[in-house]
Amino acid sequence: MDILLQQIINGLVQGSVYALVALGYTMVYGILGLINFAHGEVVMIGAMIALTVLKALLAAAFAPVLAVLLSLLAAMAVCMALGYSIERIAYRPLRNAPRLAPLITAIGVSIVLQNLAMMIWGREYHSFPLPFTSVSHQFGGAIVNDVQIGIVIVALVIMLGLMWLVHRTRMGRAMRAVAENPAASVLMGVDNNRVISFTFMLGSALAAIAGFMVSANYGIVHYYMGFMLGLKAFTAAVLGGIGNLRGAMLGGVLLGLIESLGAGYIGDLTGGFLGSNYQDVFAFFVLIAVLIFRPSGLLGEKLAERA
Amino acid sequence: MKINLNSKLFNAPIAIALLALPFIIDALFGHGWVRITDFALLYIMLALGLNIVVGYAGLLDLGYIAFFAVGAYTYALLGSPQFGLHWPMVVTLPLGALIACGFGVLLGAPTLKLRGDYLAIVTLGFGEIIRIFLNNLNAPVNITNGPQGISAIDPLQIGSFSFGNSYEWMGMRVDDVHLHYYLFLAFTLLVIFVSRRLEDSRIGRAWVAIREDEVAASAMGVNTRNIKLLAFAMGATFGGISGGLFAGFQGFVSPESFSLMESIMVLCMVVLGGMGNVGGVVLGGVILVALPELFRNAAGPVQQALLGKVVVDPESLRMLMFGLALILVMLWRPAGLWPSTQRRREFDADDGVLQQEQETVYDASK
Repeated sequence: MDILLQQIINGLVQGSVYALVALGYTMVYGILGLINFAHGEVVMIGAMIALTVLKALLAAAFAPVLAVLLSLLAAMAVCMALGYSIERIAYRPLRNAPRLAPLITAIGVSIVLQNLAMMIWGREYHSFPLPFTSVSHQFGGAIVNDVQIGIVIVALVIMLGLMWLVHRTRMGRAMRAVAENPAASVLMGVDNNRVISFTFMLGSALAAIAGFMVSANYGIVHYYMGFMLGLKAFTAAVLGGIGNLRGAMLGGVLLGLIESLGAGYIGDLTGGFLGSNYQDVFAFFVLIAVLIFRPSGLLGEKLAERA
Repeated sequence: MKINLNSKLFNAPIAIALLALPFIIDALFGHGWVRITDFALLYIMLALGLNIVVGYAGLLDLGYIAFFAVGAYTYALLGSPQFGLHWPMVVTLPLGALIACGFGVLLGAPTLKLRGDYLAIVTLGFGEIIRIFLNNLNAPVNITNGPQGISAIDPLQIGSFSFGNSYEWMGMRVDDVHLHYYLFLAFTLLVIFVSRRLEDSRIGRAWVAIREDEVAASAMGVNTRNIKLLAFAMGATFGGISGGLFAGFQGFVSPESFSLMESIMVLCMVVLGGMGNVGGVVLGGVILVALPELFRNAAGPVQQALLGKVVVDPESLRMLMFGLALILVMLWRPAGLWPSTQRRREFDADDGVLQQEQETVYDASK
């Protein structure tokens, strides 16, 4: 029983991170119909910036809480600038190009960012310096620490905030209008380019927060960390129904749970034939199974094919 | 310009150039580059296979390298000390292609209902599943030897003639890299021939029809299910053949060679070169194999010459420049370097009209 609870807790924590990154994918997809392949690298850059700033601030004897907040803000600022630039340089000129052209530039951006990070921060694993000890709590036979609790709470607050932003503010209404019909939204006086830039910056800010969370949780930062995380988050977005905000959240949390439960129980299920190294297989199998029965994801509407 | 292999007047200068190419490259740049040329041919075969799925039928496949892996592992397992089997190439190569074809149908069948990006993520997942299995099938029963991979694979061999040896003919030394070049060239030309013939056939036109509008195609009597499956199967078969050749040429396979990045690379060749156009895809393959190698040779020495020392890690600089090149080429030519005539026409067409049409379709199907 305590193993089950432990795996559920781990899954929730991991799932919250997936959900935050998946939101970035899904917002961009909803508005532009584009898979932003470079999004995972933005997460990585966010983590790297947070690491560097946090180290510098701690060396300068800043108060721990202040240092954490400032490094998070710095990471968000850099990522927002990065997200804005990526859209301006690599996607906007290809707005009317064949659908796969921006996919290739996205891959290009991803390669560039990864190698840039390798040049600046090196190939080694950096340990993430948390300025306070993360206390572990006993919780019904399972163990949960402060960082994990923090991740789930922050993710929850951010998701609620995002829902408010999209459904209750002027900018959110503009975002939904552009997603619905870009030609009509222009006629209604919406500045599409501004909305798209805003969406990229918003997604990148979420990515920075997610990057900080992963690093704090695992205590490790690496130039390659964004690739697999981005892949999983994209999977989560598709699982929930891409283009749908609630779907991304649901998909992220579900994927986290599936993975950790799969890793915990796959050995028992297959009589010891498959071990926890098949964790990723498990996640993809579930994804494929879901898509066979619900081809547009769990919460997705029936989308028309866009050529 | 079209390379029409079908015509009786097969272009003689090109044929001679292709035959002499490995020796010219050898003389000018050395042995290593002939080897790179061999790999380029393998990648061109892969890219042409993917071109059928993505370029003709418009099905975005991000796990294509899985078929390459299936072909490679089939060859490796049946021709290495791993199981003590040493089946001849004339058996294992077609068998690998057949098994890859089976996997293509296996992937295609459940995903027929999926569209666009949902298909992309499922194929991506499929590719990863194959790789993870290859990586982990060393316990409890050792089949693939796990991450260590399979080594000492038999060379490509027909009868007693091995492509892995060097021969002396009329005072001219012909090495293994040259021999592999001719073997791969023959296969590549075969794949090009099949692609070109398919393109203009009833099946090829059905693929394009599905790409442009699946509902309309099905209304016109195209059996979309079978035709899509056929696209997956054909593409996978080419991937399987290419994989078998790769295993025999390299003498070693490991799951590392079949990562998602490889799938993405092959996709880049297709899109960068010009989707749906055989010539463009070949061009894309050549460029994307040659470019990183050029950067590899240039990244270190150029720094040395300009700055007096190697400041930046050449390996990451090389990939950085490669990424930049991808972005710049796509920005410069969004339809690819050498797009098919049809695509070019669409692209040059009045944007407003095209967009309006697309939106009408979009609204109507809601």
